[in-house]
Amino acid sequence: MADFSSKSTSGWKFPFRIKIENRVDNPPRWLSPVLSLAAVVVALLIGALVIWLGGGKPWAAYTHIAKYSLGSVGVLSDTMVKAIPLMLVGLACSIAFRMKLWNIGAEGQFYLGAFGASLVVLLPILPMEAPKWQFILVTALFGMILGAAWGFIPGFLKARYNVNEIISTLMMNYIAIEWNNYFIYGVWSESGFQMSRMFQRNAWLPRLSDLAKRWPFFGGLTTHFGLVLAIVAAIILWLVLSKSKWGYEIRLIGDNPRAAEYAGISIKKNIVLVMMVSGALAGLAGMSEIMGVVHRFQGAISPGYGYTGIIIAWLAKLNPLAVILASILFGALILAGREVQPAGIPTLIQGVIMVALIASDFFYRNRVSITRQVED
Amino acid sequence: MNTLDHVVQMRSISKRFPGVIANDQVDFDLRKGEVHALLGENGAGKSTLMNVLAGLYRAESGSIFVQDKQVNFGSPREAIDAGIGMVHQHFMLVPSQSVTENILLGLTEPRFRMRLPEFNKKVAVLAEQYGLHVDPEAKIWQLSVGEQQRVEILKMLYRGADVLIMDEPTAVLAPTEISELFNTLRSMTEQGKSIVFISHKLQEVMEISDRVTVLQKGKVTSSGINTKDVSRADLAHLMVGREVIFRVEKKAVQAGETVLDVKDLKAFNDKGIQSLDGVSLNVREGEIVGLAGVAGNGQNELAEALAGLREVTEGSISVNEKDVTNKPVKLGIRHGISLIPADRTHVGTAPNLSVTDNVIMKNYDQSPISKGWRVISSEADSYASDLKEAYDIIVPSIDTSVRLLSGGNLQKVILAREISSEPKFMIAVQPTRGLDVGAIEGVQKLLLSQRESGAAILLISEELEELLTLSDRIYVIYEGEIMGEISDGDINKIGEMMTGTPLELIEAEGVK
Repeated sequence: MADFSSKSTSGWKFPFRIKIENRVDNPPRWLSPVLSLAAVVVALLIGALVIWLGGGKPWAAYTHIAKYSLGSVGVLSDTMVKAIPLMLVGLACSIAFRMKLWNIGAEGQFYLGAFGASLVVLLPILPMEAPKWQFILVTALFGMILGAAWGFIPGFLKARYNVNEIISTLMMNYIAIEWNNYFIYGVWSESGFQMSRMFQRNAWLPRLSDLAKRWPFFGGLTTHFGLVLAIVAAIILWLVLSKSKWGYEIRLIGDNPRAAEYAGISIKKNIVLVMMVSGALAGLAGMSEIMGVVHRFQGAISPGYGYTGIIIAWLAKLNPLAVILASILFGALILAGREVQPAGIPTLIQGVIMVALIASDFFYRNRVSITRQVED
Repeated sequence: MNTLDHVVQMRSISKRFPGVIANDQVDFDLRKGEVHALLGENGAGKSTLMNVLAGLYRAESGSIFVQDKQVNFGSPREAIDAGIGMVHQHFMLVPSQSVTENILLGLTEPRFRMRLPEFNKKVAVLAEQYGLHVDPEAKIWQLSVGEQQRVEILKMLYRGADVLIMDEPTAVLAPTEISELFNTLRSMTEQGKSIVFISHKLQEVMEISDRVTVLQKGKVTSSGINTKDVSRADLAHLMVGREVIFRVEKKAVQAGETVLDVKDLKAFNDKGIQSLDGVSLNVREGEIVGLAGVAGNGQNELAEALAGLREVTEGSISVNEKDVTNKPVKLGIRHGISLIPADRTHVGTAPNLSVTDNVIMKNYDQSPISKGWRVISSEADSYASDLKEAYDIIVPSIDTSVRLLSGGNLQKVILAREISSEPKFMIAVQPTRGLDVGAIEGVQKLLLSQRESGAAILLISEELEELLTLSDRIYVIYEGEIMGEISDGDINKIGEMMTGTPLELIEAEGVK
């Protein structure tokens, strides 16, 4: 408890006092989403201040971002394309963070997922002219398996040898990028270029624009089938985390591993399992990006989706359904932010959101009240 | 202020915490060269008052005078500069460093080069002066709890403390160590130091203190009375505001079949040191068997081994003739083994989860709470509501996080969970520690009712009084070995066994 009442030596007293107390009851249910929203607002205000200091027009910049990310069906569709990988990596981070397993390796698992999906086309695992549904199924499967394998390694190391997963998952990211580069530069390089051949069209994930023949309204819309995968994944994950026995185990381990052990729940097994599921989700993100957007195996497929996923998971308070909304917001920021400035402000806003979120925890733990100073 | 012999005077000290008034207009004074006991139940505000004096907390109102000068400490350092040092219940020592290094920690002298041999001598001289035997070069982790406490005292003396506040110093000590501590305290008062002795143990207060101040729910019920003028019963009355029932009613129960049978059990502790060295014991139906011993003699390891939480290197554990040695925890739970852990917040509960989530910890995967892959939340909620009613858990709602519960209510959550699983064998480790008298009575009654319904209970406690009250038989453990078994409640024999004399030896020497 702290007390910031002013101790004045003269007769005048500061008329208000701010009182900060530890919460002795559960915070109200609405507080958590309100704080997330407030974090975004604060970040936008700070961003506005920076734009203004740089001689720009904050309002104009923000209306521009809004217009070019959500203003029409076309740009909304592009926003969704950006949001799809964010949703999946956000989910990947959410499940791991629920267990206080700090998987910051979603980036690497994303890359391996992309590699796994590419294997199906380039090895090839499916024949060139296999039907589309087979490609969707098998590339998704391989993306998830490879992502899960990349999650298994740090999970196993932590369970068996108590290796810090923050460091191991981070390092695994670099390995993943170089692993992919080996295939991009060497094995599958197309006539010396640092990319594979373009995948055949029947391997691509279906897009809205594929429906344009029947419904011209969808013409030119690039939103792909990954959106369905992401939403289904979010719903399943929500069911698992909030309704299942396993979800309860994850919650218990996350809050108090020793209590979980005492209740007979295997922590080691769950560390490995959660890391694998987390990796599989990030892998699915990589698969959907490769099969839905890039359509060939190449490098630099992620502008740090894996790391943005961390912020999204926190903004959504680790709630899988809220991850969808948070991802759309970030998708908009990434897409239209580029319109304003290639780097800088949009990234700054993301960063400030994270800081504001962490800071907002203070209000979650403490009750702050402002009262009129009483004359003694 | 004219009272020359007063080293400390505290006047109308008030300190609030959210929801409670820890100290309400408390007066306290300390004379030079006395041991002044501060007596009260857990949560009476003893430690809070002394934390205010030691500069850890700031009081909302009231004034403090040290050597007749008004002071207003903003930090423990300011307090120690004024000659007031506090030895906390939980020691603040660096385990990997030596005694001398710990004592010098945070001081400006020596400045850069440690010059340890020189300071080792200084520490040794100081230790000699007050009879605080400890090797200055020893590393903290090598020391017993009693020795570590001496280091804490030395730390304060080295910093020139004239007033020493001891926060429940005997809680962690063996009986012999307690008498050594008392000798030290006496030698310190003879040399002009003044001591505040915080305790809730009546017999110790009677033994060591010159005067006593009693706190009850943040208020002084008796201020600075001479110890020799009061009786133990008087103090008990002042402490709790009602006559203490020292005995709960215990019905005669015929012990039945052997439930727990432990043979020659060996296990290591977390540091890889042998902490159970051939323990054999048994518990029968309808019986409470006590396990006495000073903290850290293998009790926790035994409890963990029995619950399947610690690997056993040798020996066997069977419950109702089923072997459960080194079997998964869940198997033990299914065989009716239940553990009430010593550490309620770090082991027994998940603090940020709701009451519901905490009470279903052991049966979340059993029907009717679970169906298939799901946890049925309506079933879980009604189960939690039933327990809340039955065990009178005082909590606004079953959705409340258990970290917001008081110690007594938290223990009720654990007991409700463990008892409702209808265990055949229950291990209760320090089930009443840190609870107030009312809650203690409640917990003890629950254990007795379990005994009456035929459960086998192993009660591990450091409170001899509790063991004697509840147990049908008592084993004593010392350094991982059972020293003997007693069923007549001979407290002298228990005391001797607690310090490492096997029962055969005691009996061979004959009754003195």
